[in-house]
Amino acid sequence: MRIPWLVAGAVITALSSAAPAQDNTQKEIERYRQLLQEGNPADLYEARGEEIWKQKRGPKNASLEQCDLGLGPGVVKGAFAQLPRYFADTDRVQDTESRLVTCMVTLQGFKPEEAMKDPFAVPGRHSDMEALTSYIAAESKGMKLEVPIRHPKEVEAFQIGEQLFYRRAGPNDFGCVSCHSESGKRIRLQDLPRLTEPKEAQKIFTTWPAYRVSQGTVRTMQHRLYDCYWQMRHPQLDFTSETAIALMVFMAKYANGGSVEAPALKR
Amino acid sequence: MADPMRIRANMTGDKVEVKALMAHEMETGQRKDAKGNVIPAHFIQNVTVTHNGKTVLSAQWGPSISKNPFLHFRFKGGKAGEKVTITWTDNKGEKRTDEATIAGG
Amino acid sequence: MKILLTCAAAAMLLAGCAARLSDDEAQRRAEEVFRGSFTKGNQKMAAAVFQQDEVQTLCTKYRDAPPKEIADRIEKSQAATIAYPASGKLMGDWREGEKLAQDGWGMRFTDTDPKRLNGGACYNCHQLAPQELSYGTLGPSLYRFGRLRGMNETTLRYTYGKIYNPEAFNACSAMPRFGHNKVLTPEQITHLVALLLDPASPVNK
Repeated sequence: MRIPWLVAGAVITALSSAAPAQDNTQKEIERYRQLLQEGNPADLYEARGEEIWKQKRGPKNASLEQCDLGLGPGVVKGAFAQLPRYFADTDRVQDTESRLVTCMVTLQGFKPEEAMKDPFAVPGRHSDMEALTSYIAAESKGMKLEVPIRHPKEVEAFQIGEQLFYRRAGPNDFGCVSCHSESGKRIRLQDLPRLTEPKEAQKIFTTWPAYRVSQGTVRTMQHRLYDCYWQMRHPQLDFTSETAIALMVFMAKYANGGSVEAPALKR
Repeated sequence: MADPMRIRANMTGDKVEVKALMAHEMETGQRKDAKGNVIPAHFIQNVTVTHNGKTVLSAQWGPSISKNPFLHFRFKGGKAGEKVTITWTDNKGEKRTDEATIAGG
Repeated sequence: MKILLTCAAAAMLLAGCAARLSDDEAQRRAEEVFRGSFTKGNQKMAAAVFQQDEVQTLCTKYRDAPPKEIADRIEKSQAATIAYPASGKLMGDWREGEKLAQDGWGMRFTDTDPKRLNGGACYNCHQLAPQELSYGTLGPSLYRFGRLRGMNETTLRYTYGKIYNPEAFNACSAMPRFGHNKVLTPEQITHLVALLLDPASPVNK
């Protein structure tokens, strides 16, 4: 990941070294972000996601076009803005990727392990999940986030997410709370949103999935949480785990009302 | 053969807007692996974009271009339905060519 | 006559009142869910995070805002854990300290080199040497730490202790217990003490 730090490095050496001017650093970072906005590689992931959605695959040689993402079979427009949510057919709260796994199994005939395999891109191998999630998110772009927290299982997911947000553990005593409970803080030069403050949650939660320059691929909220737990000195979070979905419902409570900006662009 | 590029070409006004994501490690040759050995340089050196046989963009890249380069530019003179072809070659002699059809205005 | 409106009763009057779990039940369910969410990961690390010690349990329960009696109890119990280096020398080499402050390596599931010592990652949260602009603000600025406090036995012991176990001074602090949790060795901590207190350190220039 060379270019962003190359620019940042140039920016930093241009500033006075005596008394670090925080405002200047902030402004330059913002200016750099503005420059990056035009031309988001995520566009290309959306296109590939749409292709995969329509492709006949698996033992049943079927496409995902009848997949129910919460608004009825095959309805993609607006679905992302209401995920995660409770699904009667599986009797649980599911997010986009979890629902894609369900559809790959029921519609296309894949085994669950096959559908959940390799969800995150690594050098040399793209991820279908990242492409599909980009496509599905893009179909809700500009719409208001309205994640339902009404069904008893949705409420339970929220409460579980709330408990886990504050859970401190591991050799660094970290919990989500350690980095995400105050406004105006940052880790190194990365701003951290206060996730329980709607003004901030509405702006940040809605920017996932995003093309992450440092990762060279689109990353989703599932990956963000996996990445957080990595930094928190916890082990690998299971893909589409109940913990991930509970935390999403918790965050959505504060983010609801925000405008879906995904797929966005991040460092 | 190297991983395919993902290309999108659209008419925006009277120009063709091209977005291309190239799958390439763009290794600078200055990094070392965990054992301390230099990771060999492997990066795109030349990019050529043609339309109707004419070169509309030519670029000479080096190791400062980051991994999975994203190229975004506009050119005049193309119409919907026509093809845009992009070729890259790297310092190891590998190359990749992909094309896209310009989508309607 | 006191009328206690339960959720069920309220549901008869209001629409959309879903049954909420009690705090205890939510906590129990959360632990259950958590323990089932790392099945394909490093199981040794999983065992370590499933177990919370007293400080982690209390700070989780009180969401990092423990009542005074609990806070006092935490600070007292944690102060008792502070172990000083065998040499008795609390101040090491600030140059080593700066390296440690920059180094965030260690204890992530990808950090698998058994011979490498962990870093302190101090710049993740703090400003230290003024030349380093890439610093975090989760913790207060430590620029001029030594200049402001002076270098004496008291500040030496405080600084060492604070890094070894921040909970001894501030219950439910966001700062990791570097010494107590064996993230850093006592010797490594002395280098960070030097970074903070040595007049020759860039932090104090």
